[in-house]
Amino acid sequence: MGRLLTFKIFRYNPGLENGHPRVESFKLEETPRLNLFTALHKIREEQAPGLMFDFVCRAGVCGSCGMMINGRPTLACRTLTSNLLDTIELYPLPFFKLLGDLSVDTEVWFRQMSEQVESWIHTQKEFDPDAQEERMDNELANKIYESERCIECGCCIAGCATALVAPDFLGAAGLFRIGRFMIDPRDQREDSDWFELVSTDEGVFGCFGMMSCDDVCPKDLPLLEVFAYIRRKMTTTGLKRSKKESVSV
Amino acid sequence: MAEIVTTDVLVIGAGLAGERTAIACSSEGLDVIMLSLVPPRRSHSCAAQGGMQASLGNSVMGKGDNTTVHWLDTIRGSDWGNDQEVARIFTDSAPIAMREMAHFGVPWNRVKGGPQEVFIKGKKATIVEDYEKEGLITARAFGGTAKWRTCYTADGTGHSVLYTMDNMAVQLGITVHDRMEALRLIHADGRCMGAVVRSLRNGEIVVYFAKATVIATGGYGRLYGISTNAIINEGTGSWLALQTGIVPLGNMEAVQFHPTGLVPTDILVTEGCRGDGGILLDVDEYRFMPDYEPEKQELASRDVVSRRMIEHILKGNGVKSPYGDHLWMDLRHLGEHHLKTKLREVYDICMHFIGVNPIKELVPVRPTQHYSMGGIRVNKDGHAYNMKGLYAAGEASCWDLHGFNRLGGNSLAETVVAGMIVGEHIADYARNSTLVSDVSLAESFVKKENGKIAQLLSSNDGEDVYRLRDEIAEALINDVGIFRNGERLETAVTKLKDVVERIQKVRVRFRAPGMNPELSGALRIEGMAKQALVIAMGALARKESRGAHYREDYPARDDANWLKRTLVRWPEGADEPLFDYEPVGILDLPPGERGYGEGEQIPMRISLQTYNKKVYEEQKARGRFDTVKPAGTQLPKEAWRSELDKEGG
Repeated sequence: MGRLLTFKIFRYNPGLENGHPRVESFKLEETPRLNLFTALHKIREEQAPGLMFDFVCRAGVCGSCGMMINGRPTLACRTLTSNLLDTIELYPLPFFKLLGDLSVDTEVWFRQMSEQVESWIHTQKEFDPDAQEERMDNELANKIYESERCIECGCCIAGCATALVAPDFLGAAGLFRIGRFMIDPRDQREDSDWFELVSTDEGVFGCFGMMSCDDVCPKDLPLLEVFAYIRRKMTTTGLKRSKKESVSV
Repeated sequence: MAEIVTTDVLVIGAGLAGERTAIACSSEGLDVIMLSLVPPRRSHSCAAQGGMQASLGNSVMGKGDNTTVHWLDTIRGSDWGNDQEVARIFTDSAPIAMREMAHFGVPWNRVKGGPQEVFIKGKKATIVEDYEKEGLITARAFGGTAKWRTCYTADGTGHSVLYTMDNMAVQLGITVHDRMEALRLIHADGRCMGAVVRSLRNGEIVVYFAKATVIATGGYGRLYGISTNAIINEGTGSWLALQTGIVPLGNMEAVQFHPTGLVPTDILVTEGCRGDGGILLDVDEYRFMPDYEPEKQELASRDVVSRRMIEHILKGNGVKSPYGDHLWMDLRHLGEHHLKTKLREVYDICMHFIGVNPIKELVPVRPTQHYSMGGIRVNKDGHAYNMKGLYAAGEASCWDLHGFNRLGGNSLAETVVAGMIVGEHIADYARNSTLVSDVSLAESFVKKENGKIAQLLSSNDGEDVYRLRDEIAEALINDVGIFRNGERLETAVTKLKDVVERIQKVRVRFRAPGMNPELSGALRIEGMAKQALVIAMGALARKESRGAHYREDYPARDDANWLKRTLVRWPEGADEPLFDYEPVGILDLPPGERGYGEGEQIPMRISLQTYNKKVYEEQKARGRFDTVKPAGTQLPKEAWRSELDKEGG
């Protein structure tokens, strides 16, 4: 006989008149290796058929199931109940638009961010199907891959003090995306192009430096390093610019 | 009346196949809308780790590779169940697709010159990469391939390629309507006009009219319950085609299993574990594989290992758990360094998902549904049989690249290659068509769906949707699994017929018309039940063993009688599906040994020439539209002879 777990789950259904925000409790017996993916489905199938939450891959790679688990933004699919106390509090991620219960809309934010940072390779070159591929150093290829491992779960944004007061802030996910294209030689954008985008309060200089994004990132992405890289690059670019300006004046 | 949206091309599904198709059409200046159950980057494509096969031949272990060698591997892997011309189109285009993805931004791993330490067949070895190839796209080894051919980005190929592809879609400004589920195709007189779609945000019904409609919704693995697939892979796309009554699904009984899914989550644990020396143990921690397969042991082919594991569990040697019986995989002897470097992903998955440390503990595994070879039957242009303006690409389709067994690394590559090729044909089709927006016809389809929803929301006593889903899964996994025989398949058919009857009485406890996961499930259950029955009946009818379809009572591959593709339709109003068969396609390489796995065979009775003569007419009679390039013209005759001569030498 496993522990009897109590789930305190935030409930809100905007489509129902009586769907007002509240917290409901559910009991569930713990089975070996129970994770929140299985637990939430059991609760929905046996006790609360209307309960809304998002899972897709249930393997920690698609980023759908970010939620507040005992006050911390993280992925539900890979959270084992055995690592939690008997009472488990589940809330939707803050910052993103709430769709219902534990389900939030991350898509609008991430698509808008992708458009804002123009999240694609900027190049004048046309693809030639008959030509050999352009060469790239393997270490650089690995470095680029390391800098695009973000799964857009939104945990960093939900845990970010700046984002909560400044909704236009690009946040860790946005800055990380910029870092990915900055180091890619196929992208022909120059430091001055990036300066316009990043050296603002919405960009790298809006960050309070509390680094909770780095604490909560479920993929352990090197956010600190990337921010430091972008900051240094932008500070240098800024200094060069002001020098030029003062000379021309 | 429902809201109406019009576009040139409607793509249902926004994984890799859907996105590449959308990009092909959008690049030609057409209006494209992608519908998706989830944000595109959450699609199942993102979960693929291994890579994509393409015969670039840059790595020293890929030396001498070419599109013909890739083609030969694919034909043999399919157990001669695939379309050899489609395989040729695919293998010829795969290298271009990989290079194009590199141009779009995928940071493929590259060749590094000089000596490299690798594992080959479980043993440490050193290979020396050519300095002249340094910086070109490299490749890794995969099962069933003659050369190292699988291009990859670390262990996150799907993620990397999907994000790059979606970046392209954003750059082109392709419209995405996410959290939208297509319920029914709008069609009349063999012409598809779009779809009736339900919003999963608020329950609203929207009508989409399009010149061309593409189904790219992935596979139907979730019907099995125990599956490595994402939970959205419930066969919603193939159900759209089946509902028309006239578009056939092909080879639905061809379902691939992978030996090592993690228990209880069924997350895939890579074949690399066994490749690197991992072993399988039973409840007594006894290594059983050498008893069954003395020569290849744990490294027999995927289908063989899966069969042996199930056989051993059924003899009562499984480990009991609340999630059913399983076996163990022992990786402890590989050591901490190996597990934290070469098998880092496996280490992370075990630690995070089941709290098992593979350095010290046994890993619970069981064979798990992995891939759907069957799907919407299309011609080599991706055009569905019998339905003008309807296309399909990727795992949702039966383009028939994979026949009865898919090789690892060919599925992810298929999504991009098919998207590229089919996308061009769709663009041509859409450019030369006019939009038919028959509002009164659409209204009649909407009325049907609204009626269904209203009935579900007012139902009182009846069947529980989750219980029915579990019954479907149990029938499939127990009796239409890795081992099949007439008796068990008949049991499954009887059970599933019963479920199909009972789905008429599904009840919904939660009555909200908008966002309502139970209602969405209830709307899907009919498609799931009917497809499950189609799989079981198709497997019962196919009295032979071919690739992943293994019949204990018919263990031989029977080319005399079964060198054919199953086609199934479900005519409107009929109680049962209608089965039919067509020749698999023009044969260039005559059926022979696969070179691995069990080998009993019953040879063809007629000559290749006689066989090939009937292919064109027989397929056409079953609804195949003429292709832009005539059938057979993209299959260079006997180009494989020189490669086979080399093999012989």
